[in-house]
Amino acid sequence: MQTELSHKDPTPIISIQGLAKSFGPENQVLKGLNLKVAKGESVVLLGRSGSGKSVAIKCMVGLIAADSGSIKVFDKDMLVMSPQQLNETRLKIGFLFQSAALYDSMTVAENLGFPLRRHSPELSESEIDNSIKEALESVGLLDAIQKMPSDLSGGMRKRIAMARTLILKPEIMLYDEPTTGLDTITSREISDLMLKIQEDHQSSSIIITHDLACAKRTGNKVAILKDGVIGVEGTYEEVSKSNLPWVQDFFID
Amino acid sequence: MEEVSKHTFVLQQLRELFLAMGKATLFNLRFFRELFFPPTEWRETLKQCYLMGWKSLPLVSITGFIMGLVLTLQSRPTLVEFGAESWLPGMVGTSLIREIAPVVTALICAGKISSGIGAELGSMKVTEQIDAMEVSAVNPFKYLVVTRIVATTLMVPILVLFADLVGILGGFAGISIKGDISLISYATKVIESLDFIDIIPATIKSCFFGYFIGMIGCYQGFNASNGTESVGRAANSAVVIASLSIFIIDMLAVQITDLII
Ligand SMILES: Nc1ncnc2c1ncn2[C@@H]1O[C@H](COP(=O)(O)OP(=O)(O)OP(=O)(O)O)[C@@H](O)[C@H]1O
Ligand SMILES: [Mg+2]
Repeated sequence: MQTELSHKDPTPIISIQGLAKSFGPENQVLKGLNLKVAKGESVVLLGRSGSGKSVAIKCMVGLIAADSGSIKVFDKDMLVMSPQQLNETRLKIGFLFQSAALYDSMTVAENLGFPLRRHSPELSESEIDNSIKEALESVGLLDAIQKMPSDLSGGMRKRIAMARTLILKPEIMLYDEPTTGLDTITSREISDLMLKIQEDHQSSSIIITHDLACAKRTGNKVAILKDGVIGVEGTYEEVSKSNLPWVQDFFID
Repeated sequence: MEEVSKHTFVLQQLRELFLAMGKATLFNLRFFRELFFPPTEWRETLKQCYLMGWKSLPLVSITGFIMGLVLTLQSRPTLVEFGAESWLPGMVGTSLIREIAPVVTALICAGKISSGIGAELGSMKVTEQIDAMEVSAVNPFKYLVVTRIVATTLMVPILVLFADLVGILGGFAGISIKGDISLISYATKVIESLDFIDIIPATIKSCFFGYFIGMIGCYQGFNASNGTESVGRAANSAVVIASLSIFIIDMLAVQITDLII
C-alpha cells in the first residue's frame, strides 16, 4: 500500500528518486528509495535499526556517495553538482547528527561561531556574538555558552548541536534520532523545539526517529523504510491504522 | 590445496599493500592541491605551529641537552687516547648537527606530535565531527590536514635547530666537568669545525621529517574507520610508521648528500 498525501505545495523541496547504495556486493542498503518532501512539510522516517535511514540522509548531503538515483534539492540534483554548488546547497541544509558531533576542542560559543565566521565574514564580532546568544537562547541553554562539550549532558549536547545548525538559518532540517537516549521530558522539549523551528523558519524537515511520541508530535507525514525502499507512506493516523503486520509492529506499545 | 590458499593469501596481502600505497599517494596529492588553492587557513596554521612548537620545546630541550652531554662524555676517552682532545668540541658539534639532533628530535616528534594528530583526527572522525564540518560546508581536509602538515613541516626543523643549540650547550657542560674551557673558546671551536654545508642538508632533511610526521599522523587519523578502538590504532600506527619513515628518509638523505657534495 502506498498512500500519497496530497501536497500543500505541488513542487517538492526535496525529491529523491530511485536512490540506491550498497556497501560491497552483499550489503545492499538502499534499493531505489523514493521520497518527496514539500515546503514546510516534515516527514518522519521510521525503520528498523540498520535499515539504512542514516545512510539515506547522509547521501542527501553528500557525506556518502550514492550509487545511482537522483536527489533533487531546490530542483537541483545533489549527485551531479560541482563541489562549490554542493557547498552552497549544504549551507541551506541543517544536519543534526545521531551523535551530536560537537567539536570537542572548542567551547560551545566557538562551536556555534565556527560555521558563522567562515560563511559570513562580513559580520562583526559583536554581530556574531549576538547570533550565538540568540541561537543558544532559542534552545534554552544560554548559560552553557563558555562550557566545553565534554561538560555537557547528552540532551544538552543535542540541543547545542541544534543551535549550531540553526545559526545558519537553514531551509531544510535533517534530524538523525534527535531524541534517542533522552528521558521523556527532555524528548518532549526537543520535539517542541523542532516544532518551533519549523514554525519560525518555515523549514522542511526529515526526522529519523524510533520515538513514536516525537514522530506523532513533529511529523506531518510518516514513511517507513523497509528492505531498502519506502514500504509505506502517509499521515501518522493512516500509517498507524495500516493492517500490514510489519507496519503494525512499529506501533505496538 | 594448502599451496593454493597460501598463494591467494600472499596475493591478497600484496593487493592490500598496493591499495594502501595508492590511497596514501592520493592523500599526498590532495594535500598539494589543497595547499595551493585559496582560501588558506592562516589562523589555524599559526595555532597549530604554536601548539606543536611550543609544547614540544621542553621535551626537545631536555633530550637535546642530555644528548650533547652524553656524547661528549663518551667520546672523550677515545679522543684523549689519540691525543686529540682538542677536537672534542668540533666532533660533538658536527655529529649533533648532521645526524643526532635531527633524528632524535624527529623521533620525539613522531612520538608526541604524530600520535597526537592521529588520535585527535581519529576521534574527530569516529564521533562524526569531520562529517559535521563537511556538512557545514567547511573543507575538513584544508582545515584539519593541510594546517597540521604545514605546521609540522615548519616546526620540526625549528625544533631541530633548537636541539642543535641546546645539545652544543650540553656538550659544553660535558667538557666543563673534566677540563676547563671558556664558553667563548668552546663556541669558537664548534663554529670553526662547522661548514655551512652541514646545516643546510640537515635542515632540508628535517623538513622532510616534519612533513612525514604530519602527513602520517593525519593520514592515519583521517582514515580511521568507525569505532573507538580505531582511534588507538590510528595513534599507534602513526608513531610506528612515522618512526620507520624517519630512518628511511635519513638513509636516503645521507646517500643524496654524498652524491651532491
Ligand atoms: N560507512 C559505512 N561503511 C560500510 N557500511 C555502512 C556504512 N555506513 C552504514 N553502513 C551499513 O549500512 C547499513 C545501514 O546503516 P544505517 O546507519 O543507515 O542504519 P540506521 O537505519 O540509521 O540504523 P540505526 O537506527 O541503528 O541508526 C548497516 O548495515 C551498516 O552496516
Ligand atoms: Mg542511524
